[in-house]
Amino acid sequence: MSVIYILWLRQMKRYFRSRARIIGALGQPLLYLFALGFGFGAVFERAGEGNYLQFLVPGIIAMSILFTSMFNGLEIIWDRQFGFLKETLVAPVSRVQIMLGRTLGGATVAVFQGMIILAISFLIGFRLANPLAMPAALVFMFLIATLFTALGTAIASLLDDMQGFQLIMNFLVMPLFFLSGALFPLKDLPVAVSVIVRLNPLSYGVDGLRGALIGLFQLGIWANFAVLAASSLILVMIGAYLFSKIQV
Amino acid sequence: MSETEMTGEAIIEVTELTKKYGDLTAVDCVSFTVRRGEIFAFLGPNGAGKTTTIKMLTTLLAPTGGAIRLNGYDPVREQDAVRRSFGIVFQDPSLDNELTAYENMVFHAVLFRIPPQLRKERIKALLELVQLWERKDEQVKKFSGGMKRRLEIARGLLHLPQILFLDEPTLGLDPQTRHLLWEHIRELNKKEQITVFLTTHIMEEAERVAGTVAVIDHGKIIDQGSPGALAERTGTASLEEAFLALTGKAIREEEPESANIMLKRMFRGRW
Ligand SMILES: Nc1ncnc2c1ncn2[C@@H]1O[C@H](COP(=O)(O)OP(=O)(O)OP(=O)(O)O)[C@@H](O)[C@H]1O
Ligand SMILES: [Mg+2]
Repeated sequence: MSVIYILWLRQMKRYFRSRARIIGALGQPLLYLFALGFGFGAVFERAGEGNYLQFLVPGIIAMSILFTSMFNGLEIIWDRQFGFLKETLVAPVSRVQIMLGRTLGGATVAVFQGMIILAISFLIGFRLANPLAMPAALVFMFLIATLFTALGTAIASLLDDMQGFQLIMNFLVMPLFFLSGALFPLKDLPVAVSVIVRLNPLSYGVDGLRGALIGLFQLGIWANFAVLAASSLILVMIGAYLFSKIQV
Repeated sequence: MSETEMTGEAIIEVTELTKKYGDLTAVDCVSFTVRRGEIFAFLGPNGAGKTTTIKMLTTLLAPTGGAIRLNGYDPVREQDAVRRSFGIVFQDPSLDNELTAYENMVFHAVLFRIPPQLRKERIKALLELVQLWERKDEQVKKFSGGMKRRLEIARGLLHLPQILFLDEPTLGLDPQTRHLLWEHIRELNKKEQITVFLTTHIMEEAERVAGTVAVIDHGKIIDQGSPGALAERTGTASLEEAFLALTGKAIREEEPESANIMLKRMFRGRW
């Protein structure tokens, strides 16, 4: 247990010591929040869908968690290039534990990043439907974070250079985000898009978060929870397996 | 069980070990034995295959062929048992630059399951040994190259393993620190019976501390024995001369051919 804890603690220390990274990672989500939130607000309302900012905030929180989580994979490549990875790989500890510690640390960082977006959203007028549902929101945030940190880890375990990772990220992260229902309602979508959205695990994270924060579920709370928990578990297992096979 | 008994006091046994990187054979059918409690120097020119061999011994790299027994275990199939047997100071940096010196030490101590009380004592003693105690709370990124190196070594000595791998531990250290380090390692070797497997390019160091020397070149072992025996066989007066006699005087990484290739590559990049 203490092995997992020290790996988690390391991630925390690195995160809180790097203010540039915290602020840098807020840039893109905030841009989406302001530009889309205020830009589409009027159209959305005219279409009878209610307040777009309310609708959008959970999606942007999920976006920020998604980006930060996947970025954790880059940290593995970073650690490999700066040599620190070797230090953990020769320790007499199972690599599964190392991977779990890193994943928990990375997921916690991502949840923090999501909380910052939530706090900023309050400042620009976002309101919770039911403050008592906050714990459920945290559960969904943590599940999203775990799922995509594990995915980032799995990908990073297969690659040894940053360029390759960046490339995969661009071809994966953006589609995951845009096709998750983070930005638009799920009803009346073309069939193809609707199918893709339902195959994308992030959709269930976005929906769960939106349900917890503004009381609007489109996929169902238990479907969200089940899909997220199951895909997190599967990806943690895949990530742990690939991580344990790393050679340096 | 019976196998370890049969080999007697051998703690590392390498048989026909081979590692290929694509077309390049970095380690070529290498065999050697390290006995429990000895200081073993693995010497060779740049690119000879020393670090690659150490990586295979320490579970970081899977061999292409051959067999390894380390403390009775197989680094391919019994990784956890092998990892419990050794400590290592890597040739390349392996510190977390964002953490402080002390935090790097604690991280290692927890990973290697050193009990908390002992942990504090040993960290203090070792940071004092490498003269970093005063700066223990500074982030490593603020350290000089030599200070980082000293911290790596202190960290490598934190848990007392049965086998200690030192891949060019004195790289970039001043003579004072080098002297101190080897004294300490000799003491560990005597008092704690730690087997030491080291590489270095400073032949006097190897000559002074090592009981057995193996010379590797182009991935092949070309001679092994005590430093004295090597000098005798080559008809030379010191390990340095013996080393040069065995491996030749050509510099490894500056062959005219490779310079040509580099130039060609540069121009190809331009046009
Ligand atoms: N990851 C790798 N991919 C391809 N080739 C490699 C890799 N690592 C090492 N090599 C090659 O394998 C050979 C042996 O390298 P190695 O690092 O084991 O040498 P060394 O004896 O430790 O040298 P040095 O004294 O310079 O540290 C070299 O030719 C090197 O270029
Ligand atoms: Mg080397």
